[in-house]
Amino acid sequence: MTSDKSFYEFISNGVPGPEQKVDADNAILPARKLAFSRFKELGLPTIKTEEWRYTNIQRYLKDAFTLAQEEQGTVTAEQLKSASIPQLDSYRAVLVNGRLQADLSTLPSGGKVTVSKLSDAAGNAQLQAWFDKHPHLQSQPFAALNAALFADGLFIEAGMNASLDKPLHIIHVYTASANAFIQPRHLVVLHKSATLEVIESVVGISDNAIAFVNGVTEIVLEENAELWHYNIQNTVKNSRHIHHTSATQKADSRYHHFNFTLPSAELTRNNLSVALTGSNTETNLHGLYLATGTQHVDNHTFVDHLVANCNSNELYKGVLLDDANGVFTGRIHVNQDAQKTNAFQQNNNLLMSEKANINSQPQLEIYADDVKCSHGFTVGRFSEEALFYLRSRGIGAEAAKSLLVNAFAFDITDQVHIPALQDFLAEKIRQYVAGAINN
Amino acid sequence: MLTIKNLHAEVDGKQILKGINLEIRKGEMHAIMGPNGSGKSSLSSVLAGRENYTVTQGEVIFEGKNLLDMAPEDRAREGLFMAFQYPVEIPGVSNLHFLKTALNEIRAYHNLPALESKEFLKLTKEKQQLVDFNANLMNRSLNEGFSGGEKKRNEVFQLAMLDPKLAILDETDSGLDIDALRIVAAGVNKLRSADKAFMVITHYQRLLEYIVPDFVHVLYNGQIVKTGTKELALELEEKGYDWLKEEVHQKESV
Ligand SMILES: Nc1ncnc2c1ncn2[C@@H]1O[C@H](COP(=O)(O)OP(=O)(O)O)[C@@H](O)[C@H]1O
Ligand SMILES: [Mg+2]
Repeated sequence: MTSDKSFYEFISNGVPGPEQKVDADNAILPARKLAFSRFKELGLPTIKTEEWRYTNIQRYLKDAFTLAQEEQGTVTAEQLKSASIPQLDSYRAVLVNGRLQADLSTLPSGGKVTVSKLSDAAGNAQLQAWFDKHPHLQSQPFAALNAALFADGLFIEAGMNASLDKPLHIIHVYTASANAFIQPRHLVVLHKSATLEVIESVVGISDNAIAFVNGVTEIVLEENAELWHYNIQNTVKNSRHIHHTSATQKADSRYHHFNFTLPSAELTRNNLSVALTGSNTETNLHGLYLATGTQHVDNHTFVDHLVANCNSNELYKGVLLDDANGVFTGRIHVNQDAQKTNAFQQNNNLLMSEKANINSQPQLEIYADDVKCSHGFTVGRFSEEALFYLRSRGIGAEAAKSLLVNAFAFDITDQVHIPALQDFLAEKIRQYVAGAINN
Repeated sequence: MLTIKNLHAEVDGKQILKGINLEIRKGEMHAIMGPNGSGKSSLSSVLAGRENYTVTQGEVIFEGKNLLDMAPEDRAREGLFMAFQYPVEIPGVSNLHFLKTALNEIRAYHNLPALESKEFLKLTKEKQQLVDFNANLMNRSLNEGFSGGEKKRNEVFQLAMLDPKLAILDETDSGLDIDALRIVAAGVNKLRSADKAFMVITHYQRLLEYIVPDFVHVLYNGQIVKTGTKELALELEEKGYDWLKEEVHQKESV
């Protein structure tokens, strides 16, 4: 692709279409084709598109990309260390540019939890049933593009009553030797009463070329299933990320999602959405974004209360340093029939420099009358008085700042149920706050 | 230990300290009194290194080093401590974690290893008893939701933990009832020693009945206008500050 052609043109006419994809038995080819025409119809968003008002995506698509097809990106054990979480005892799945690396992975085996390549599982009945079916994805051009042309990803299935003895840590490595547009795709299905803890780390290992990652994760929680889902985005500067995570919750299921966006990707756009299709569900969405330099971090969340008696609770906190820019949009939809809904949302921000910026907006669409909903938004400046207090006790400026940022983030990190992960996050926060001060 | 020479300082372009001279030697207890707004807190802030104050003239030598050149944390590490008139609430930072961090940073500055958890807890327990500081507050967020008295006790508890050479107490007595005042004063007295010094800022003679000062200074309009012994505090209690103010104005008009 040359940069004088638009990205839309390039995708529509300049790359091999869905027919060229070889998933097992071509089982999802019809779905891919459908998605491709959907993408063509939807077109790419501009800043005039409401959902993309504060994120000028065109700006990030101007460069010339190739659709990365590297079968084997090179990643060494040494490079994987940066993604490791010290003291974490877990299963491990390593993916390079969306492709599972069996030799670097330790997968659960012999039980009712299976982790496989999505391409290998294309014929699976669950995949057939759920692939690209999430209602919230239907209007999203990037999700459609992903469905049409994704490279590969994971299919995780937990059978009825299944659980693992330790968390599954998925490490997504992205690397590009020339500017690449990379599309991973995952599907997670938890059958009735299954429980799973999944930690995802998104890392980059090369800053030489731009890695533009357009990913999608679909999640299905059958009745009474419970998923703890931690997502840690911690990549290199020269990377751009759009990720759609869309979950469907059936009756009595519980979904706990944590999103940690840490430096340094220049663009992060997360679309997290949950469709509550069964009653008595619980949904907890926790987010922490820490942005430095000229990072742009945009979190769009959507909780869709379709039926009665569901609880959703959302807390997103942001710390913006340097020239960083943050966007938060929290949409809550309560259907006419969704009586006795509890839906709470809170977004708090800490601006640590004059030039940092945040745009935050709740979108409440409430059509039922017997509901409890609330939302709130705050922006605080850094407390100089608190900083002086700590320093006056002998704590250095850097340590004092990281103590204060960790304190601000505490509501989120405290909810993390894995101690090793808590420690890891605290240490990351410390590093980035110190780094920003030293800039 | 501390020599303040002709110290002038301003905040937001307003001259607050107008030529302070003061010498504090090891083992001494100095009381600073004076009407509201005379610059007592400003003096302690300048000494502790609060950044919105600008020193326009003069110097401060602490243990042979130029204090005004140091960052606030280095002043603390060199052995200066200020108990705040208005302690800050910091949600999310536990009291205990905060103290451990502070103590270990000070130790690291002096090339000492970090304290083992066991030693730290032992020290904590000992100092806690010294000021009768409620153990339940230890794991709470720093000063968050503490009563006025609890905050002040926490300041003295921190003072005991960090064991500075020079401690400045800015109106630590205000907001304390008489029992708490006695306990805090007894704690301070136990911390007194031949190689430590104190600068106690207070409005009331009351505190000085328990903590007996070697010197009493009266700060007025950014200057020390009178220095005496503990009897001066009694005199001020009786007569108020007006007679002093008049004296100053008479001198000025001469
Ligand atoms: N940030 C500030 N900006 C302007 N004036 C200030 C500021 N802080 C203190 N002052 C002024 O400095 C003077 C001395 O205040 P302070 O040191 O608090 O007195 P004291 O502790 O003796 O009551 C007062 O007139 C007060 O209004
Ligand atoms: Mg004062």
